[in-house]
Amino acid sequence: MNQNFKMTSLLTYTFKNLPSTSKWALRFCVRPLSSSSQLQAAAASQTKSKKTLAKPNIRNIVVVDGVRIPFLLSGTSYKDLMPHDLARAALLGLLHQTSVPKDVVDYIVFGTVIQEVKTSNVAREAALGAGFSDKTPAHTVTMACISSNQAMTTAVGLIASGQCDVVVAGGVELMSDVPIRHSRKMRKMMLDLNKAKTLAQRLSVISKFRLNFLSPELPAVSEFSTSETMGHSADRLAAAFAISREEQDEYALRSHSLAKRAQDEGLLSDIVPFKVPGRDTVTQDNGIRPSSLDQMAKLKPAFIKPYGTVTAANSSFLTDGASAVLIMAEEKALAMGYKPKAYLRDFMYVSQDPKDQLLLGPTYATPKVLEKAGLTMNDIDAFEFHEAFSGQILANLKAMDSDWFAQNYMGRKAKVGSPPLEKFNNWGGSLSLGHPFGATGCRLVMAAANRLRKEGGQYGLVAACAAGGQVGHRSLIGASRKLFS
Amino acid sequence: MVASRAIGSLRRFTASRTLRCSGYICRSFTRSSVLLTRTHLNYGVKGDVAVIRINSPNSKVNTLSQELHSEFMEVMNEVWSSSQIRSAVLISTKPGCFIAGADLNMLNACTTSQEVTQISQEAQKTFEKLEKSTKPVVAAINGSCLGGGLELAISCQYRIATKDKKTVLGSPEVLLGILPGAGATQRLPKMVGIPAAFDIMLTGRGIRADRAKKMGLVDQLVEPLGPGVKPSEERTIEYLEEVAITFAKGLADKKITPKRDKGLVEKLTSYALSIPFVRQQIYKKVEEKVRKQTKGLYPAPLKIIDVVKTGIEQGSNAGYLSESQRFGELAMTKESKALMGLYRGQTQCKKNKFGAPQKEVKQLAVLGAGLMGAGIAQVSVDKGLQTILKDTTLPALGRGQQQVFKGLNDKVKKKTLTSFERDTMFSNLIGQLDYRGFEKADMVIEAVFEDLNLKHRVLKEVEAVIPDHCVFASNTSALPIGEIATVSKRPEKVIGMHYFSPVDKMQLLEIITTEKTSKDTTASAVDVGLRQGKVIIVVKDGPGFYTTRCLAPMMSEVIRILQEGVGPKKLDSLTTSFGFPVGAATLVDEVGVDVAKHVAENLSKDFGERFAGGSLEMLRQMISKGFLGRKSGKGFYIYQEGVKNKNLNSDMDSILASLKMPSQPDVSSDEDIQYRLVTRFVNEAVLCLQEGVLATPTEGDIGAVFGLGFPPCLGGPFHFVDLYGAQKIVDRLRKYEAAYGKQFTPCQLLVDHANNPNKKFYQ
Repeated sequence: MNQNFKMTSLLTYTFKNLPSTSKWALRFCVRPLSSSSQLQAAAASQTKSKKTLAKPNIRNIVVVDGVRIPFLLSGTSYKDLMPHDLARAALLGLLHQTSVPKDVVDYIVFGTVIQEVKTSNVAREAALGAGFSDKTPAHTVTMACISSNQAMTTAVGLIASGQCDVVVAGGVELMSDVPIRHSRKMRKMMLDLNKAKTLAQRLSVISKFRLNFLSPELPAVSEFSTSETMGHSADRLAAAFAISREEQDEYALRSHSLAKRAQDEGLLSDIVPFKVPGRDTVTQDNGIRPSSLDQMAKLKPAFIKPYGTVTAANSSFLTDGASAVLIMAEEKALAMGYKPKAYLRDFMYVSQDPKDQLLLGPTYATPKVLEKAGLTMNDIDAFEFHEAFSGQILANLKAMDSDWFAQNYMGRKAKVGSPPLEKFNNWGGSLSLGHPFGATGCRLVMAAANRLRKEGGQYGLVAACAAGGQVGHRSLIGASRKLFS
Repeated sequence: MVASRAIGSLRRFTASRTLRCSGYICRSFTRSSVLLTRTHLNYGVKGDVAVIRINSPNSKVNTLSQELHSEFMEVMNEVWSSSQIRSAVLISTKPGCFIAGADLNMLNACTTSQEVTQISQEAQKTFEKLEKSTKPVVAAINGSCLGGGLELAISCQYRIATKDKKTVLGSPEVLLGILPGAGATQRLPKMVGIPAAFDIMLTGRGIRADRAKKMGLVDQLVEPLGPGVKPSEERTIEYLEEVAITFAKGLADKKITPKRDKGLVEKLTSYALSIPFVRQQIYKKVEEKVRKQTKGLYPAPLKIIDVVKTGIEQGSNAGYLSESQRFGELAMTKESKALMGLYRGQTQCKKNKFGAPQKEVKQLAVLGAGLMGAGIAQVSVDKGLQTILKDTTLPALGRGQQQVFKGLNDKVKKKTLTSFERDTMFSNLIGQLDYRGFEKADMVIEAVFEDLNLKHRVLKEVEAVIPDHCVFASNTSALPIGEIATVSKRPEKVIGMHYFSPVDKMQLLEIITTEKTSKDTTASAVDVGLRQGKVIIVVKDGPGFYTTRCLAPMMSEVIRILQEGVGPKKLDSLTTSFGFPVGAATLVDEVGVDVAKHVAENLSKDFGERFAGGSLEMLRQMISKGFLGRKSGKGFYIYQEGVKNKNLNSDMDSILASLKMPSQPDVSSDEDIQYRLVTRFVNEAVLCLQEGVLATPTEGDIGAVFGLGFPPCLGGPFHFVDLYGAQKIVDRLRKYEAAYGKQFTPCQLLVDHANNPNKKFYQ
């Protein structure tokens, strides 16, 4: 089911100038109107005085705040729900968190990957259920694992072009239930049966029935273009970059350990509790399980058997979850008295060969988006990269650190360099927190924004990889900036 | 269009298959003295695993030569005697090739079967030692692993192969008229079972890695890698080595067993095969099938069955002995020399002796979406060439597009393509009714109807829209290119590209140059042909060029023989039993009676009496009755959809009766009839060389075998003259000349060869 990690990089720069406030505090300190001169004053007072990334004649766009419901292993507490239930919960959480009046929201965009056929425009169903105005349009986008990145950049586009001022973007995925269809032959027979008028016609259609019509059709597990599963591709990628099983296990352990610490210290402040009907309230992610290297070493390879290196322990797991962010034109946010968490600055989508470079999107996108923004690797304080597989993250780090790769595959003179690990996914990542395909992008952006506030820093960079479908990989960059205290 | 669909369908034991294994290339025989420094192997130790890397210098492929063999023995002796080493990995560092087979020059250098037998026995001994090695040896296979390469691999304890398109395992010896002489006849049946072993050795077909894994020929697969911090090919070989080392260690530690779990069906089969009666039935069945398909013209397959049988029924000692002796005998046969000659010729005709063209063709345009045009488009788009297919009406264009799609889709059904690959290939095809985009075309190939006026019109139309550098190629089977070029503003850019139908099956492309055709135009045409996967001969312009010209006198003789009262069925059986893949009467039906008549009329104008023989009236009457051959459902035979056994067309009886001629008993024995057909063909071929239409005998042989279905076991007309003896052929021609006159007069070059037995086309 991993077919849909389309590769994206989403890069976010955040610049921080004041300590963070708790999310509850934020709710209550919505300020009446603030002017842009205040903003400039704030910017000028930063310690790390980087040039502003604002562009002439383009509106500044901000993330006011964002939330997610806890990400759960598939088949656990969310298993009886439908995707729009999760998306609705995220929307309600966002409304609660930001107190934004529903009628201010001009537009809603959600990303999702495996579509529930009953709610193919899941954004609209969730919005109506959450009590948004039926006059607020909503649409759903899909772009594999970067679907919610696409939702956010769609919002950026709507605001930048002046179509909207306030957009909610989000993502949802429910892997506990997937559409399993009748076989094509069975479907054809059923449709023919519908058209048959007389008994004789019906009997003649039925007489064509064969037992193999009953074998169901599962959502594709492999890439449509290459017939290769994502895990298989990740294993080959790890081998291509000569990344050992031990390195992958160590990285996975790091992710789980950091996530556990972040969870224990209450840093995952974007989580909103979700009372699941008929079950207890879910308050935290349930996939964070730091283990030991010895334990992990015992696992057998999951894809390339018997000698591969990608295992269940160093891959992200099937996850249910939803996320949502409130994106506004800066002047609107300030006018409404918000203290936005970040600017969304630049973004970029790239795509590559879906066979051998399926998961290398961040490598390609990072230098481009940095150049576009006029920054270097050293300027970035918080990196948030989507972790589909340990092997994939490590391969990207190696590729970014290789002159040979930069010269031969990226048409660059030299490598961009790999991000320093001490700034990299410090609060865990998709390996440990989980990866609901359509919802991960918003989590990454909020993690970067929250980290900048907590750790102190100016720019954040978000990147994700995705694969599958008819297009390769993309990357998206944003600069986010915290305003006020 | 001269060659027929049926020729394309010739499958096993014939050349079109024979020579498809392009990996099996012989290395030029360099005799460097075996010094302490090894030239073909290097070897290092990683922990307790010896890694033996093969890489023959100055060659694209590794071949099992005597030097490589002795270096290998040296290294293995070190491995066996070292106390530090517990296992070994055997790998090639040459991209795309493990070992492509035995060194053919080594075999050709032998003059007696004893010498060949001895080579075989030496290899058998080495491989037996390897098989019995107490230290496990893992063969890590990336690229072609054929013939002797496969025999080496299956002597190892374990095999790991990359799942790459280039990784192909097989025993193509049978296609060269020999047998696997280094133990494969004994090991393969034990490894994959008797039926599968027969299949591998009797068809000589290449087996891709994933199928080899299913058969039990390899134990593990390794996926080829994409680029990392090194080029993918390099890293893939490294990775294969790493994986092989872990398995070598596992085998030495007995953590991995080389035994494979057999499925239920496999278990049942192997149980059944343990019953002698069942085995006898299998031998019988296979032998029957082989006899039917080879008509007794190819000795190698029968010997293979015999050798396998000996090994199983009388024990492996008897088996190995039989293998080496039969190997020696086969290597000395005419058939083997003919087939090896063809193999060498095919290799030569896969090279562009005109060098690289100044501008590579990126945009191709094909005029006419008929059978030929669509076929040309198909073999272009599937190699990634952007191709415009133009016709004048939408239905005709649609038919052509459908033909291309079907050709690609059939490959999807056979699982040699994925549906995604099919779609991207099909996207390279643009169908249209106008000349839009021709201003960007680098080459235009016209495949419109065979009519000089039409070709002139098309040429003028095209020249008005194409850029200056664009090559104009005409696909015609008989119209002289020089005549087509008369209306051209730029005759140096006009060339002939004669494809054979069905284009996607027939390997030959005959390129025709006029005196005005520039060298760069020729280079460009050859380049495109090679990219289309063709075997190419380049001939001079003239009526019928080379292929059609050789076929025409034979066809004329076919009609005469029919007029003399030999029935189509009898004629077919006489020609197929001589080694032609398709009977002569069937060939006429396949080519199309109208096409045959058109060609015959044109050529008889040019060549006069030499091309006479049968009366063209027969073809005219057939056309008037609508008996055009397969395409009209009736010719000499009746063709019905879904009916496999074709019946004679009884309406032909009256035509045959009305044109009946008395036969001449002294030149009408079965053998005489066969030789009347073949000698006319051969005589005309030699005349083409004499006149300079052909540049080399090799091209003559390749053209005849791959384009016209000349018996592959004879190696083509020139090999035939060399091996059969020019004198004998001239004697036959004289005999027929006495009966029929000038049509059989041997040409001067042939007479020269007969007068001087030392003169050979191939030295």
